[in-house]
Amino acid sequence: MKKLTPLIEWGTLLFCTGMVCFFLVVILWDLISKGAPSLSWEFVTSLPSEGMTKGGILPAIIGTVLLTMITALVSVPFGISCAIYLNEYAKDTWLTRLIRASIRNLAGVPSIIYGLFGLALFVQGLQMGTSLISAGLTLGLLSLPYVIITTEEALRRIPASTREAALAIGATQFESIRDVVLPSALPGILTGVVLTLSRAAGETAPILFTGVAFYINNPTGFLNQEFMSLPYHLYMLSTQHQAIEEVRPLAYGTALVLIIVVFLLNLTAFYVRYKHSKDE
Amino acid sequence: MKLAAREKIDDAVKLLFRTTGLLVIAILGGIFFMLIWNSVAFFLKIKPLDFITGTQWNPSGSNAEYGILPLLVSTCLVTLGAMTIAIPLGIGTAAFLSEYAGKRLKSILKPVIEMLAAVPSVAIGFLGIVILGPGIAELTGQSNGLNALNGAILLAVMALPTIITVTEDALHGVPQSYREASYGVGANKWQTLIRVTIPAAAPGILAAVMLGVGRAIGETMTVLMATGNASAFPKGFFHSVRTITATIAIEMGEVPYQTTHYYALFAIAAVLFLITLAVNLIGEYFVNKFRKYQAA
Amino acid sequence: MCGINTVKMNNDLVKLSAESVNLWFGSKQVLKNINIDFAPNQVTALIGPSGCGKSTLLRAFNRMHDLSPDARIEGKLVLEGQDLYDGHFSATQVRRRIGMVFQKANPFPKSIYENINYGLKINDIPKAERKGIIENALKESYIWDELKTELDKPATRLSGGQQQRLCIARAVALRPEVILMDEPCSALDPLSTLKIEELIVKLKKDYTIVIVTHNMQQAQRVADKTVFMYLGEVIEEGETKELFNNPKNELTGNYVKGRFG
Repeated sequence: MKKLTPLIEWGTLLFCTGMVCFFLVVILWDLISKGAPSLSWEFVTSLPSEGMTKGGILPAIIGTVLLTMITALVSVPFGISCAIYLNEYAKDTWLTRLIRASIRNLAGVPSIIYGLFGLALFVQGLQMGTSLISAGLTLGLLSLPYVIITTEEALRRIPASTREAALAIGATQFESIRDVVLPSALPGILTGVVLTLSRAAGETAPILFTGVAFYINNPTGFLNQEFMSLPYHLYMLSTQHQAIEEVRPLAYGTALVLIIVVFLLNLTAFYVRYKHSKDE
Repeated sequence: MKLAAREKIDDAVKLLFRTTGLLVIAILGGIFFMLIWNSVAFFLKIKPLDFITGTQWNPSGSNAEYGILPLLVSTCLVTLGAMTIAIPLGIGTAAFLSEYAGKRLKSILKPVIEMLAAVPSVAIGFLGIVILGPGIAELTGQSNGLNALNGAILLAVMALPTIITVTEDALHGVPQSYREASYGVGANKWQTLIRVTIPAAAPGILAAVMLGVGRAIGETMTVLMATGNASAFPKGFFHSVRTITATIAIEMGEVPYQTTHYYALFAIAAVLFLITLAVNLIGEYFVNKFRKYQAA
Repeated sequence: MCGINTVKMNNDLVKLSAESVNLWFGSKQVLKNINIDFAPNQVTALIGPSGCGKSTLLRAFNRMHDLSPDARIEGKLVLEGQDLYDGHFSATQVRRRIGMVFQKANPFPKSIYENINYGLKINDIPKAERKGIIENALKESYIWDELKTELDKPATRLSGGQQQRLCIARAVALRPEVILMDEPCSALDPLSTLKIEELIVKLKKDYTIVIVTHNMQQAQRVADKTVFMYLGEVIEEGETKELFNNPKNELTGNYVKGRFG
């Protein structure tokens, strides 16, 4: 019995870890084994046809790419600027503490509430309608706290001596940030930004009421038009379609493409991080 | 460029950076204001007491009823189920990573957890429909397995990466000298973990749990796809439920602008916002407590 | 009560000075009523045990404390009769005239050439002149011969000693009037240290140099004058030889003989 106890104890922890790995394996195995047969060049390059029961998902891919780009355009400059303010300029005042508390709380706000905010502010308030730009702005706001938090972390890792080197030869504070601090922090910032965008690319709830559509016949999206997106397409095919069983292969194919897009973005981030850690 | 011009740019840019900082407060304020404003419009038409104590959510009937209880209980039920699964699994995995796993095993397991965190919620919901649903249906003999249990398991999977990462940080932050002291009095690895390391990391672990809870309560797509969305009062894990998030997702797309029903959805969103806010504040409290404790 | 031994020098022999300077970080007073004059074209060493405020004083001269929100300075820090903090100069102008070399070599993550060129570029020095200035600065810092064929290599690949001399070249290229050095050799091997010390002695014909050091031998090798600080106060100052051989204060004597520190 005495010999067995450590084995049981150790086994408990191993079981927990094994379960976590098991979840990932099931997810990947199921999506790949059942999604792969649906994947073809035609699937990713053609329009849906015959009431979505045939054809491809090109407009959804384009929509997701455009949406993610707008998200980046909104959240990256805004987020980096705010992170620079907090890490490089802000003193420890009540206002700074309020900004930091706001960021942490924004990161915890459920994504569906961002959807409501986008609906109230962009779609209705600013009269942008349900459109690519409304949805992009909404997702941009959702991504903002993550961009700020990861950028600030990257800036914090830059030693004070790097800033002082630039200041000591007569650079202004902005010049030292622009020419020395930001370039040094770039790999860290990039990693955070790409991870954030991969999250945004898979988000569905915030775009439900702000611009996503089940079907559009024009694959080239415009800012003021509704658009299709991969996660929403998957949601519709798996729950709302009138012939759910018939379109299941399409749903699997969409899920696989979505997860490939997200993982590719993640891999990019890990590659940047890995390469940077090797350089140091 | 002349120095005067450079210094002017420096001042202007500083102002710009500062403005973006202030805008962040404005965004949170804006969300808060939007929820309050629309909720007030709702409470002008429906008595708050009816909203809080009503056991029926039936906004589209001829005699519309706006009781939040069934939604709130659904949300709590699914979250409770998810945490029952995710907390032991998460702490166990974190303990394994922090106390037992070698460097090489860690370098495999960390990406596994990061990949799990990266899977979009809609993909997890999809698997709830195609794998977990039929599985549960077979076990229980129901026609489909779209119920609270299904949602709870999926949410557990989604909350796990957060719980594992934060818990591992907390365990990692416990000074090595504590463990050595424990080994010194003859305790083995397991006893040290259970009696010394985990209690010492407790505030950090509680923070991890709170973050996991926040994630689960606010999740929309997974529960929308996997829990069946019956609007009746929830009866248990093997019955279909409809959470606050799912209700907003389903009904907001169809409701006419500025009707009572429209305002009602903002009111339940305000409740959701307050719950996640409270959960996050509690989590933050424990994080700070852990930091202070570590610094001491 | 402190700086009692200060004999005010003739004003035109003073390049840089501190007059009744007090400095706090939050509620902690780090510098207490500092009065020192630094003569032009001389090397002055600031010595004293860790935490005595010597680096803090050095950094006050080129306004490096501007970025620490909890630092508060009273009194006057004066360059050629002009207060550095009274609004007449901006921090950028001060740093242009008073260069600094840090404890740990901190080259920019750019090429060797760009490391020096960057300062010239932002300070609006015409492009045509830059190449000559860079070559000259590297020669002045005695690393031209070692580096002239690899100017486009990343500066971070150089050895510690080379990096530090590059940082000196970077400061020298801008022709400052004063160069502040904050323990420039503390991270270097003896051979590199020797090279830097030789460089310091050569640079003093063109610059006023203030060097903070932990190393008694170094102070004696390079400095014309030495200032001993203890717990935020100037205890004693004087000709280096005099201070080391005939310290007037007991504390100074104990310190330079290595009894504490």
